[in-house]
Amino acid sequence: MLLSVEDLSVHIGVINPLSDLSFGVDRGQILGLVGESGSGKSLTAMAVMGLLPLIGGRISAGRILFDGTDLAKLPEAALRGYRGRRIALVTQNPMTALDPVVRVGRQVDVMGRMHLGLSADEARRRTIELLTRLRIPEAQAVCEAYPHQLSGGMKQRIVIAIALAGEPDLIVADEPTTALDVTVQAQIIHLLGELVRDRGLGMLLITHDMGVVAQVCDQVAVLYAGRLAESRPAEALFEHPLHPYTSALIGCIPRDGMAPGSLHGIAGAVPSVARYPAGCRFHPRCPRAGEICARQTPELTELTGAGRLACHFPLEGTHG
Amino acid sequence: MITYLTRRLLLLIPVFVAVSVVIFLILHLIPGDPLDNLLRVGSSPEKRAEMSARYGLDRPLVVQYGIWLGNLLQGDLGTSIASRRPVASLIGQALPHSLLLGALALAFSTLAGVALGVAAAIWRDRWADRLIMGGVLLGSTLPSFWMGLLFILAFSVQLGWFPVSGARGWESLVLPVLTIGLGGTALVARVARVAMIDAAERDFVLLLHAKGMPPGRIRLNHVLRHAMIPVVTILSLRIGWILGGAVTVEYVFARPGLGTTLIKALSQHDYPVVQACLLMLAMAVMLGTLLGDVVQALMDPRVRREAA
Ligand SMILES: Nc1ncnc2c1ncn2[C@@H]1O[C@H](COP(=O)(O)OP(=O)(O)OP(=O)(O)O)[C@@H](O)[C@H]1O
Ligand SMILES: [Mg+2]
Repeated sequence: MLLSVEDLSVHIGVINPLSDLSFGVDRGQILGLVGESGSGKSLTAMAVMGLLPLIGGRISAGRILFDGTDLAKLPEAALRGYRGRRIALVTQNPMTALDPVVRVGRQVDVMGRMHLGLSADEARRRTIELLTRLRIPEAQAVCEAYPHQLSGGMKQRIVIAIALAGEPDLIVADEPTTALDVTVQAQIIHLLGELVRDRGLGMLLITHDMGVVAQVCDQVAVLYAGRLAESRPAEALFEHPLHPYTSALIGCIPRDGMAPGSLHGIAGAVPSVARYPAGCRFHPRCPRAGEICARQTPELTELTGAGRLACHFPLEGTHG
Repeated sequence: MITYLTRRLLLLIPVFVAVSVVIFLILHLIPGDPLDNLLRVGSSPEKRAEMSARYGLDRPLVVQYGIWLGNLLQGDLGTSIASRRPVASLIGQALPHSLLLGALALAFSTLAGVALGVAAAIWRDRWADRLIMGGVLLGSTLPSFWMGLLFILAFSVQLGWFPVSGARGWESLVLPVLTIGLGGTALVARVARVAMIDAAERDFVLLLHAKGMPPGRIRLNHVLRHAMIPVVTILSLRIGWILGGAVTVEYVFARPGLGTTLIKALSQHDYPVVQACLLMLAMAVMLGTLLGDVVQALMDPRVRREAA
């Protein structure tokens, strides 16, 4: 396993927006981390990148094993050796992800110079190579452009180029297509899928879009209100969702014109961290909830096939 | 960038005309006849008429303005009524002193202000921040002439470190520069602090951290660079204010310069000199603002596009 997150909990001050999260990513594999807005997806990405201190958060329990090393225990200086070099981040909004006053090429070059010890010329040559491989036309001219001169899809390709430039083993992509329009979304998703298979990278693909998950993911982890609901191989999960929440997510794969992040078909929204209900956090919105669901948190249990589930009344009880 | 600059320079022409009209009118509409200073008490009306004709004061205002502007464009600022010397040479003597003082004060406010603001932002909400911002608050509330007098008392009269007045050597510049510069320093420090904090919270900074860039480098190469954009804006808006400070401070320290020349000319109703001084100040403000905008366009490619 390239990345193995075990029982991860995150605190920001006294609040505890993420608890007991476990999942794993293999080389050449894409794990989709899905959930509605506010379920803790970005916090998971920040935790894996070791960037929680930036927003005043910390890992309060659990391990983040990357290639055998527990990142949760590493000091900041050591973490910096991983960031960009071995684990790269693709952020949600390409419009604001690049420094607006620095030419695009230099923002990519810096990775080669910083992490691979390349000279300015070598780094630029690699940048142009990389942009060309990401199917950016006229890479040379694009290098000289400022971010505001490029389209959203182009900017996201640049962000992906930055992620690849350090030759990482793992890419954490936090909603890489949410800010883009639909046709560009599909291009970027396919590009990411291709990169993972061709280069043997691992990818943690964060999204609230089950459609995206269905297209490219090998494994799926469904997050609800800071807890794992269900985590299984994609094919099995789409065929027979076990958690009622997963089933609801699949039942409403977003189509054109739907507000991003919303979940049609299930009334209500993810409660805020301060108002997580007792018991199963999904029970107020769950069509199958019984009396026990309000009282007792369902344990995350290993399934006999593969994967994990936390539900008192799964859709196919036999799997439990 | 070239088109941007040309456009900005062309825009200055109407502004210049408007300013020149205002300066000309103010001087001719305020009470006090300059001839009173030139003529002995009880001079004959003929003598007065002769003087009036000599300085062109008997012509209609529009004609006087036309003549003045025409001469001005040829570099002829007229003749001082009080000293009978060409105004251009008076200004030529005073201007370098004021420019030096203004430039040093500007440089001092910028450097000290940015340094303090950045330090306060780095140690945000800690004692260093509180100390700096407390000092800044104090500095921005005290009027500069008052501070100038205080400095003279403390450093010149009591300690004897710097000369009380005059313009001999660099020592005589220290107190005036401090006096003008401290207000600007306070302002710049406040703007720089907020700008640093804002810039550090921008989205792209997160990606820089994710790239594995050391925090010091992020701060210096990216955050500081963005924070300087509002600092330059505020500085270019405040150039007139700094020059205004120079006028009073020159007077307090009895330094030669545009301010001293202006105040003396005002008391003598020497309106060609007053006009020239005001014109110089106005032009300094216009060019200062232009300079600020150009620096900003150099720093931020998005400004270049909007302005093009
Ligand atoms: N800096 C912070 N301080 C306090 N609470 C925070 C902070 N950042 C996130 N949270 C809370 O943690 C929870 C999870 O946030 P997170 O950003 O991980 O959600 P998300 O799943 O990425 O949502 P989205 O789809 O909107 O990006 C939210 O309830 C949010 O309010
Ligand atoms: Mg998010």
